Amino acid sequence: MSAPLTSDLAQIGKSVVIKGELSGSEDLYVDGQVEGSISLKNNSLTVGPNGSVKATVEAKGIVVQGKLEGNVQASDRVELRKSAVVTGDISTQRISIEEGAYLKGKVDIQGKSEKAAGK
Amino acid sequence: MKLFRGSSGGADAATPPVAQKLTRRSSGLGELSRFWDSEMPMCVLDLGSTSPANIRFFTEGSHKIYSEDLLVASTEPSLVTKDEQGNVVLDSRQFLAENLVYPAAQFDVVLCWNLPDYLDESLVRPVMGRLWSILKPGGMLLAFFHTKDAGPDSPCYRFHIVGKDMLEMQRIVLKREARRGPTGAVHTAITEGFRLQRVFNNRHIETLFRDFASIKFFLARDNVREVLVVR
Repeated sequence: MSAPLTSDLAQIGKSVVIKGELSGSEDLYVDGQVEGSISLKNNSLTVGPNGSVKATVEAKGIVVQGKLEGNVQASDRVELRKSAVVTGDISTQRISIEEGAYLKGKVDIQGKSEKAAGK
Repeated sequence: MKLFRGSSGGADAATPPVAQKLTRRSSGLGELSRFWDSEMPMCVLDLGSTSPANIRFFTEGSHKIYSEDLLVASTEPSLVTKDEQGNVVLDSRQFLAENLVYPAAQFDVVLCWNLPDYLDESLVRPVMGRLWSILKPGGMLLAFFHTKDAGPDSPCYRFHIVGKDMLEMQRIVLKREARRGPTGAVHTAITEGFRLQRVFNNRHIETLFRDFASIKFFLARDNVREVLVVR
């Protein structure tokens, strides 16, 4: 499966390995390996089917098709697709989990007021 | 306690069963539902397969849910070791170092489902001990046990909460593909499904939960006893 090609989408291909802090103001598609932290406050992160992310993640929306290890905070929504393997706590306003997805961790649904209060 | 050992090599084992979804009323769940109807947000630990329905059920009620599939975790190949007699066992210390790692008295409710019946013998008591410690005093644990009429090929189900006292049971089907676990290891056991390891009688169940303050049995028609214990 390949990521949709748009001008506002940055891609990390499946042969790419990154260690460190990632931040940006455009959507990000990760099909390679990332270790560290990812911060996309107003944008979305997609972990592709070959992607392996070991990081704390902060984004507006997060879609996981591959492997993600680390705590996740989404200001809007989290989607775990059927091939997702997620180990870590999820904090979000909305979540959808497909049948077959694996999650080891907490799911904490926060309302907008809680987000604003920084709870 | 009736123990089942070895693998079933019958023709049925080679044929992937059709995924079944059955519904059943659960008296134990009904008893528990009085807790999550209250205003107080609860902290719930679901030890079954990741269930979108269960996560939705609890998060819609403003409760916090933790999901941890212990049966899958118990298939981690690195857990295999030998005891003093040279028998192949699973390393319970390593298992508990990697799973159920929570502060003491964290949870109001633990949903154990049919875990004790399918978990490897070497892990059952250590896991129950850990569950006692992470439950709050007064916290409750729900577990299902097969009765003596169950055979070793009794299907292992996933449990989805679809109502206050109603469960949807989904048979864990045989899979042709091995699956990556959280450590990246390939869990080949998943491809064979899970086999019933033993059948507990009432006395064994009482012994298993002897550290808990109280125990309540609910008999069902489908050769399953529901057990609700309070720490």
